[in-house]
Amino acid sequence: MKHLPSGGHKPLFMLLLALWVAVPVRAQSSSQSASDSSFLSTLGELREASYSDKAGIVERLSQSGHPSIRAVLVAFLEDRLYFRNDDQKIFIVKSAEGDPLTLIDPLSLKDAGSAPADSLTKIGTNNGLRRTLRTTVAHFALASPDAAVRLAAVQDMLRSLDDATVALLRDRMGVETNSRVKKEIATGLALAALDDSDTNARLNAIATLKSSVSQDVRNKLAVLIEKSPDGSFTEHDETVRRAATNAVETIDRWRTFYSDIETLFFGLSLGSVLVLIAIGLAITFGVMGVINMAHGELMMLGAYTTFAVQSAMPGHIGISILVAIPAAFIVSGLTGVLMERTIIRFLYGRPLETLLATFGVSLVLQQTVRSIFSALNRSVVTPEWMSGSLRLNDALAITYNRLYIVIFTIIVFSLILMVLKRTRIGLDIRAVSQNRAMAKAMGIRTEWVDAATFGLGSGIAGVAGVALSQLTNVGPNLGQSYIIDSFMVVVFGGVGNLWGSLIGGLSMGVVNELLEPFAGAVLAKIFVLVALILFIQIRPRGLFPQAGRAGEDK
Amino acid sequence: MKRNEFLMTAWLLIAGIGFSNVATAQATIKVGVLHSLSGTMAISETTLKDTVLMMIDAQNKKGGLLGKKLEPVVVDPASDWPLFAEKAAQLLEKDKVAVTFGCWTSVSRKSVLPVFEKDNGLLFYPVQYEGEESSKNVIYTGAAPNQQAIPAVDYLMKEVGVKRWVLEGTDYVYPRTTNKILEAYLLAKGVAAADISINYTPFGFSNWQSRVAAIKKFGSAGKKTAVVSTINGDANVPFYKELGNQKISAEDIPVVAFSVGEEELSGLDAKPLVGHLAAWNYFESIKTPANTAFINQWHTFIKNPKRTTNDPMEATYIGFNLWVKAVQKAQSTEVEKVLAALVGTETPNLTGGIAKVLPNHHITKPVYIGEVKADGQFNVVWKSAGTVPGDAWSDFLPGSKDIDADWVTLKCGNYNRVTKKCSGQNYK
Repeated sequence: MKHLPSGGHKPLFMLLLALWVAVPVRAQSSSQSASDSSFLSTLGELREASYSDKAGIVERLSQSGHPSIRAVLVAFLEDRLYFRNDDQKIFIVKSAEGDPLTLIDPLSLKDAGSAPADSLTKIGTNNGLRRTLRTTVAHFALASPDAAVRLAAVQDMLRSLDDATVALLRDRMGVETNSRVKKEIATGLALAALDDSDTNARLNAIATLKSSVSQDVRNKLAVLIEKSPDGSFTEHDETVRRAATNAVETIDRWRTFYSDIETLFFGLSLGSVLVLIAIGLAITFGVMGVINMAHGELMMLGAYTTFAVQSAMPGHIGISILVAIPAAFIVSGLTGVLMERTIIRFLYGRPLETLLATFGVSLVLQQTVRSIFSALNRSVVTPEWMSGSLRLNDALAITYNRLYIVIFTIIVFSLILMVLKRTRIGLDIRAVSQNRAMAKAMGIRTEWVDAATFGLGSGIAGVAGVALSQLTNVGPNLGQSYIIDSFMVVVFGGVGNLWGSLIGGLSMGVVNELLEPFAGAVLAKIFVLVALILFIQIRPRGLFPQAGRAGEDK
Repeated sequence: MKRNEFLMTAWLLIAGIGFSNVATAQATIKVGVLHSLSGTMAISETTLKDTVLMMIDAQNKKGGLLGKKLEPVVVDPASDWPLFAEKAAQLLEKDKVAVTFGCWTSVSRKSVLPVFEKDNGLLFYPVQYEGEESSKNVIYTGAAPNQQAIPAVDYLMKEVGVKRWVLEGTDYVYPRTTNKILEAYLLAKGVAAADISINYTPFGFSNWQSRVAAIKKFGSAGKKTAVVSTINGDANVPFYKELGNQKISAEDIPVVAFSVGEEELSGLDAKPLVGHLAAWNYFESIKTPANTAFINQWHTFIKNPKRTTNDPMEATYIGFNLWVKAVQKAQSTEVEKVLAALVGTETPNLTGGIAKVLPNHHITKPVYIGEVKADGQFNVVWKSAGTVPGDAWSDFLPGSKDIDADWVTLKCGNYNRVTKKCSGQNYK
C-alpha cells in the first residue's frame, strides 16, 4: 500500500484499540491512575499547540485507549472542549451555548459543576483538524448499534483510507449485518485492494467497484489508466488496465445520466418558481387584462408576512412556514382587493394608465415596507425540514427546499384550477372574463367578481412570496427582480391561459438551466429573452392563445 | 453722558457678539462624510458614517484639533454613483471641508476621483479594493490585492494544499480585476489553466443551484479544491445557503471570501458556514486591549451592545487617526501641507502592529485569515508575519508590473519604469 499515508505505529494503535475493547475495564484499574495522568497531560498539550501539532496530539490521544477518549474527541469536534483560565484544567461542556456553561470532567465524564463562559477558553479547531477528528471518531462509531451511525462512519472513513482504517473495516465486514453498511465497507475494501500486488485481487476489486457511481471511486480507478510522467503506465498489467478503462467508462456513463437528471430537476425547480410567480399574474393580467406592475410587491408582502409570522412564533420555526402560507394569502389578497377597489376599477380599459398607477402603487408599497422593516434585508430562517438534500445515490442528491417548492407549485396550481373549474366563484370569473356584458345580463355582480379575481391573483402572489423567502433575500427590492420574469412567462404561455403559464414557465426554467453550464448565468438569461422575443414574433399570442371570439375581443 | 455710556456699552456688546460669532466660525474644522445613507449600499456604508461621527465626537471630547472643534458635514450620495461626484463637489466647493471620509464601491471612488483632483481635496478611502490606482488626493486605508487576495491564495496553496481553484465573483470591476490578478498569480505559481475556473454572476443573484453543482463537480476531480469568492452584497446569503443544502462542507471545498465580514454574517444563520474562510486585515474576535476599547466605544456610541465591528470600520479608524496626526505635525489643515506630513505618519492598528502611510498613498497592514464560527465571528487560523505594505500596482499583471506610484520623489501615481513616463491618473 505504497501511496497510502500510513505510519508505522498504526498497527500498534489497532492492537491497543482491540485490547481496550476486549479487556474489561476492571482489569485496568491498577494502572488506571497512571493512564489517567498521562491522558490528562497529553490532553493538556492541546491548550498551547498549533493546529498541526493538535492533529498529532489527537492521534496520541486515540492511541491511549482511555475509556473516555471517544467522548473527548466528539466534544473537541463539536467545539465543546474548553480549559478553565485560572487553573488551566480541561473540561468538556454540555453545550457551547448559554452562560454559565455546564462542565463535564473529561476523565470520569461526570458533572463537574458550572462556570461562567468568560472564565473558560475554547480549544479551537480548523478545517484540517476537524477532518482528522471526524475520521478518528468514525473508528469508534463503527461499533455503534445504530446502522445509520455506522454507515456515516464508514463513509467518513472512506474519505481518507489508511492501513489502520482498512484493517478496521475488514474486521467489521465479518460481523456487519446491515446490507447498506456492508456494501459501503466492500467499496472501501475494494478501493484498498486496488493497490494489492496480486493481479486477481485487483481485477476482483475493479469488478466490485464497477457498480459504484461515486466520483471518488472513479478518480481512484482513473489513476490505474494514467501514464506517469516518464510515459509508462502506473498499472503494469494490461488486463487490469482494460478492466479499469471499462469500469471508468461505465461509471462515467452513469454519472452523465444522473447529472442530466440533476439538470432536468434544476430546470423544473426554477420553472416551478417561475410558474408560481406567474400564476397570480396569469389571473390578473390574463383573465382581467390588468397590467399590474405591483405584482412583484405583492410577492414581497408575502415574503415579509413569512418574516413576521416567524418573528411572532420563534419557538416553532418548523411550522411557521405552513402558518405563513394562508397568512400571506390573506395579507396580499386584501391588499389586492384594496388596490382594485380604490384605484384599478376606475381605470378598466385604459391599460397605460393602469400600468402607471400600479407602478406608483409598487413604489408606495416598497417605501412602506422600508419604513416599517427598514431598508435592510430580513433573514427568514429555513426550517430544519427544508434544509439539506435527499441523497438518492453517490451521484444524485436533490435539495429539499427545491423539491418542496416543486411539490408546492403543483398543489397551488391544482387548487387554482379546481377553484376556477369547480366552484361557483370560478364559474363567475370565467363568465366575466369571457363576456362581461353577457355575464352582467345573466345577473352576475361583475364588480364583485372583479374584486374577487384581483384578490385571488394577488393572494397567490403572496403565497409565491412565501416560497421566495426560502430561496432569496427578503428585502424591499425583492419584487422588482421577479416582475419581469413573471410577465415573460405569462406572455410566453399565452395570455389568459393557466396551462400556458405552467408549460411556459417550466420550459423556460429547463432551457435556462440547460444553457447555464455552457453560457453562464447572464448569457443564459439573455438567450432565453432573445428566444422569447423571436417566438413572440412568430406566435404573438403565446403558446396557447385563447381561442374564438373571446380571444379576439381582448 | 449716561445715555452715551449706555449706547457705547450696547454697541460694544453687539460688536462683542459679532466678534465672538466670527471667532466660533473660525474655531471649527469641517470634516466631510460621503457615505450612502440610502439605497443598496446603505447597509454597509451607514456603519462607516457612524464610525466617523464617533471618532469626531471622541476627538472633540479630547479638546478638538489645533484648538478648534471638528464639525462633521454629512451628505447622502444615495448609492447613486454620479451623485457621489456631485456631493463631493458640494463638500469641497461649498462647505470647504478640510478632509473627507467616504466611498465604498470602486465605482463610487472612480466617480469622485476627478472632483478631488480638480479641487485638490483629501479623501480617505476605507475599503479593500482592486488596486491599479494611486491618486495624489486619496489615501487608501483598505487593503490592496497584495494585502488580502494574494495572502489568502498563498494560505490555501501552502497550508491547505489546494490544487484546483474556482474564482467566483459578482460581475463588476472589483471581482473582475481581482480575479485577473489572481489568475495571473496562480498561473505564475504553476497551476494549470485547466485547474482554474472563473465565473461571474449578476448582483443579487439567487438561483445558485447549477453554479454550486458545477463547483461540486469541478471539485470532485480528486485534487483539493477551493473557491475564492468575490461575490458581493446580498447574493452571498443564497450562495452559502445553497452550499449548505448541497452539503459542500468547508472540510471538502473551503470557500474564502473577500467581501464577507462580521456585519454580513450577523444577518444569517452561520452554522452551515462553519469553517469557510475570510481574509481581512481586522477581525472583531482578535483580542487586544485597543480592540476591546474600540468595541466598547462603538457599543456605547451606537447604544446597541449587539452591533458588530468590521474591517472597513478599522480602516476608517486608522484613516481618521492618521489624518489627526498629520494635521498636528503640519500644524495646518491645508491639503498640501497635510499630504506632505501624511507620508511616513504612523498609527497603531487595533489588532497590533503599526499602520504607516507609504509614498504610494497606501498603508501597511497585517493580514489575517479566519474561519467562520457558529456565532458569526471568526477564528483566526493564519496571520502574516508583521505588516504587509500595500502595493498600488499589481506585480502580476503584465500592464501594471512596470508601474510605480510615489508621491514623494517621483510625484506621480502612475510612473512607468520602462518608458520613464508619468501618465497621470486614469479614471475611466
